Amino acid sequence: MAAGSSRARRSLGGVLWRRPKLRALLLLAPPVAWFALIYLAALVVLFINAFWQLNPLTSQVEHIWNVGNFTTILHSSSYRSIAFRTVGIAAATTVTDVVLAFPFAYYMARVASPRKRAVLFVMVLLPLWSSYLVRVYAWRQILDHDGILNWSLQKVGLPAANIGYTNTAVWIVFSYVWLPFMILPVYASLERIPESMFEASADLGARAWGTLRRVVLPLALPGIVAGSIFTFSLTLGDYITPILVGGAGSQFIGYVVYQSVGISNNIPFAAAFASVPLVIMAIYLLVARKLGAFEAL
Amino acid sequence: METKSARIGLRIWAALVICFLWLPLVLIMVYAFNSSNVQSWPLPSLSTKWFPVAWHDPQVREAFWLSIKAGLTATGIALVLGTCAAFAIHRFRFFGREAISFVLVLPIALPGIITGMALNSFFTNRHINLSFWTIVIGHATFCVVIVYNNLLARLRRTSPSLIEASMDLGANGFQTFRFVTLPVIATALISGGLLAFALSFDEVVVTYFTAGAQNTLPLLIFGLIREGQQLPEVNVIVFAVILMTAIPVALAQRLTRDTGVLRRR
Repeated sequence: MAAGSSRARRSLGGVLWRRPKLRALLLLAPPVAWFALIYLAALVVLFINAFWQLNPLTSQVEHIWNVGNFTTILHSSSYRSIAFRTVGIAAATTVTDVVLAFPFAYYMARVASPRKRAVLFVMVLLPLWSSYLVRVYAWRQILDHDGILNWSLQKVGLPAANIGYTNTAVWIVFSYVWLPFMILPVYASLERIPESMFEASADLGARAWGTLRRVVLPLALPGIVAGSIFTFSLTLGDYITPILVGGAGSQFIGYVVYQSVGISNNIPFAAAFASVPLVIMAIYLLVARKLGAFEAL
Repeated sequence: METKSARIGLRIWAALVICFLWLPLVLIMVYAFNSSNVQSWPLPSLSTKWFPVAWHDPQVREAFWLSIKAGLTATGIALVLGTCAAFAIHRFRFFGREAISFVLVLPIALPGIITGMALNSFFTNRHINLSFWTIVIGHATFCVVIVYNNLLARLRRTSPSLIEASMDLGANGFQTFRFVTLPVIATALISGGLLAFALSFDEVVVTYFTAGAQNTLPLLIFGLIREGQQLPEVNVIVFAVILMTAIPVALAQRLTRDTGVLRRR
């Protein structure tokens, strides 16, 4: 019995070994099936849903093709300003993170000793993986009127900042939570620059600034763009941060979609509005690919 | 290359960024020991009295177990699918190879709300009621890429001569897999699994759309924070969640360092 099963196993192995195409097919079938039948199918359903409509009387989804949801979004000034506000905060967050991350990544890649570099790497990685909700909540406590920020300001004799529950708070928290996503790709791109590039630049007479501007920045650009894919995309699709630290004026795309599903159950409209960040990201990814960011991901 | 003052400036900047990254985390962990149920700074006094309260809360326990079960199941599925995909991409050249790696990254590259919305409208459209399994399907979908990336990176750094040597010495396909390939990829698989679990355990954006009326731990915390209820308990849960995700990530980080046969390239 045991010998038989082991022979059967060996012959199965032999069959597979002789037919690499069969092996490739067997390996590919499960993940491809999962992604095609669930994920891609779901994206298609989402796309189709955007062209359906909710009957306002029965609250049922009517399968009648129309572009009503899109015309509502395009013609309503409030939805337009929500879209602009979202893109604006995503851009502000991205710029802030580049400014914070670049010198840090430069220090990690070029100045820190290998030991220190490893420590810093883990110190960036742990916040990246620690719960995103927890980190937003921490900022809610910090920026609250009775929080540590106002308390510290009062201690040094400054007036209270009171930025809790405003768009400033949303901007700070987005910049905070996505910062590690910017640091890591920028660091990876800086680390790959060979020492000889710096020497060559210096030999050719470039000063520190010249080297930075003409050698380091162009070579780090794919890393910066790769990081910005995350900061941009994550901000566009988020609703937790505006809900927890934003205020009355903090309506963002993610929040409107969240409300349309959770409160008014209007999936067609939510789907249409969710296509706004989808289109923005599609354009962004195409530009990013041109800039070589995909190799830096 | 850099001047002395530039180095000092960079060092100060790096220190400030590390403070910025870590102070909020440290601070929120201190809040778990707040004796008062008023959330204002400075804390009136420190106490551990909210730890047993949170531990014995049935609502918290239920959410905690749901998160653990969903996380483990999703990680299991992601391990199988991610391993298959990584081996196929690494070993074979075929039409649509690039497209597959692109599609695997999509669930984390696209805004989370799109993945969530898409799955939600898919389930509604197919008349599938939201349940434990819809949570698992959502989590498994975005965890595959974590396992896939980890394993593919390891496979790419493994010399093909190891496999050839094993075959030359007369091992069959299974023996090669069992005694050569598996030991080389084992730590990459474990670290991929740990990271996938950490990701699943604290995910909210997609989960909200796939969970329906159920509460995973992050959904429970989110609801309580929004309504400003039971915040002392939330602080304790948050303390636990930070540790629950830090431990697998720190372990995974150790496991992905090159050791043994991988060290010499």
